Amino acid sequence: MGIYIYFSEKDFYMNNIDYYWERFTLKQRLLRYLVYVCFVSALFFSIRTVEVIPEFFYDAPEQMMDLFSRMWPIEFEYYPIAVHTAIIETLNIATLGTLVALVLALPLALMSASTIVSYSWVHWVARFFLVSSRTVNSLVWALLFVAVFGPGIISGVLAIAFRSIGFIGKLLGEALDEVNMGSVEALRATGAPMITILLKAYWPQVMPAFFSIILFRWDINVRESAVLGLVGAGGIGVILSDSMNLFQWRQVSIALLAIFAVVIIAEIIVVNIRKKLI
Amino acid sequence: MSKTKSYIDLKEVPMSKTKSYLEIKNLKKWYVPGDLILKGINISITKPEVIAIIGPSGTGKSTLLRCINRLVDPNGGEIIFKDLDLCQIKGSTLRKVRRHMGMVFQEYNLVERLSVIENVLTGRLGYMTSWQAFRKKFSQKDINTAYELLKTVGLSDHAKKRADSLSGGQRQRVGIARAVMQNPDILLADEPTSSLDPKTAVEIMELITDFSKKNNIPAIVNMHDVKLAQRFATRIIGMSEGYVVYDGEPSGITDTLLKEIYGGEEWME
Repeated sequence: MGIYIYFSEKDFYMNNIDYYWERFTLKQRLLRYLVYVCFVSALFFSIRTVEVIPEFFYDAPEQMMDLFSRMWPIEFEYYPIAVHTAIIETLNIATLGTLVALVLALPLALMSASTIVSYSWVHWVARFFLVSSRTVNSLVWALLFVAVFGPGIISGVLAIAFRSIGFIGKLLGEALDEVNMGSVEALRATGAPMITILLKAYWPQVMPAFFSIILFRWDINVRESAVLGLVGAGGIGVILSDSMNLFQWRQVSIALLAIFAVVIIAEIIVVNIRKKLI
Repeated sequence: MSKTKSYIDLKEVPMSKTKSYLEIKNLKKWYVPGDLILKGINISITKPEVIAIIGPSGTGKSTLLRCINRLVDPNGGEIIFKDLDLCQIKGSTLRKVRRHMGMVFQEYNLVERLSVIENVLTGRLGYMTSWQAFRKKFSQKDINTAYELLKTVGLSDHAKKRADSLSGGQRQRVGIARAVMQNPDILLADEPTSSLDPKTAVEIMELITDFSKKNNIPAIVNMHDVKLAQRFATRIIGMSEGYVVYDGEPSGITDTLLKEIYGGEEWME
């Protein structure tokens, strides 16, 4: 018949060439072992440099029990006195910070997308700002703004905003880069101006990602703004730090409980909105 | 000064006065310097007919079509459309010229997350400001036209559906409706049937031919399928390696010519 399509078992045994196949070459295998060795030795040396003091270490469970007994019972009466206002303040800081970040991140995201701007120097400028925003922790941003604007909500809002610019800008820029260029080309072919193309070809495609990113960042910001008060940037962190300094452990526990509740509620809200969006 | 006037409102230039619908002279294009994709193309379109461009993949058919509405910038030559050299214009003049050229794409290029009717109305965006586009301020006339067009392409029932819920053939119908919505003076179609089954391909070609006849405008269609081209086009341009190697009647396409265009002959059996 000419061509065999089906190979019988006999065909296999008659074929006595051994084909050579290996997942990794010798060099790759050695390199992989070297990486393992590095990991293990790094772990070993880091344990040695941490200098765990055994007395404190063995004492830890006892100390923890002691702390918990001081925190119990939770002082619920303290909630309306100070915690409520502070937790609302925290939510305000997170929300306002996210909105300010959005306004500042939008132009940077557009600048960093290679499907929109073709000049690479523009990409580098945008990337510079996005990276510098992300490399500084929001607590450090807060320290800076407290030094400039003094303690209070404004420092908190700006700290949250400046940390979020990098996050929102980078992810939004990536979403813009993954847009299907076919629709963009089609709109260019109709003679539509650039702004219209942004509105009608880019926006419908990045909209789900856009809301997803904003909600995700807001969720993170609720948690981060709870800590900002430790450096005086407003919110529930101020209560937490004051109560700790005054050894009011039962007030600390209500503050922690409030943070926990807010984070859980934020999570539920975000999950539900996102489900509706996609 | 008079030249500036002439393209502000292109519709005012009567068709009978322009000598041809489109004139391509010695068009050259390269993506890598020295490696020419289009090696001096000359095409003159004087009749409102369906013109099929056939040729193997990578021979510059798409590039040629995209040079006409300047989605790709040519490197040399002239493209005369309504007394304007399209190779020289830019900015708002270019956008105004693009309004008058409808384009149909192989992959339909609809905005997937928008509704079918919105995709058809997209054809009017060249005539609107961004602010109007943002507020979705389409004129009642445009909305009427869009619904009429959907009826013509047989998608009236799908107007409010999202474009990504349609099949390939249906999407291409929307693509054609969008191009016609521009009220174009020329229709460009880049492999409009290559992603479709043979029956749908024929239906799509019928639509394009109908619109060309009804509106009295030329349609330039890139195709792979020689049989389909011969069936619908009244003029065929054969391209090979960046040159036009045939330009004339569909009946003039011989086996010898096809061998020259596509190379080899085993595939023809």
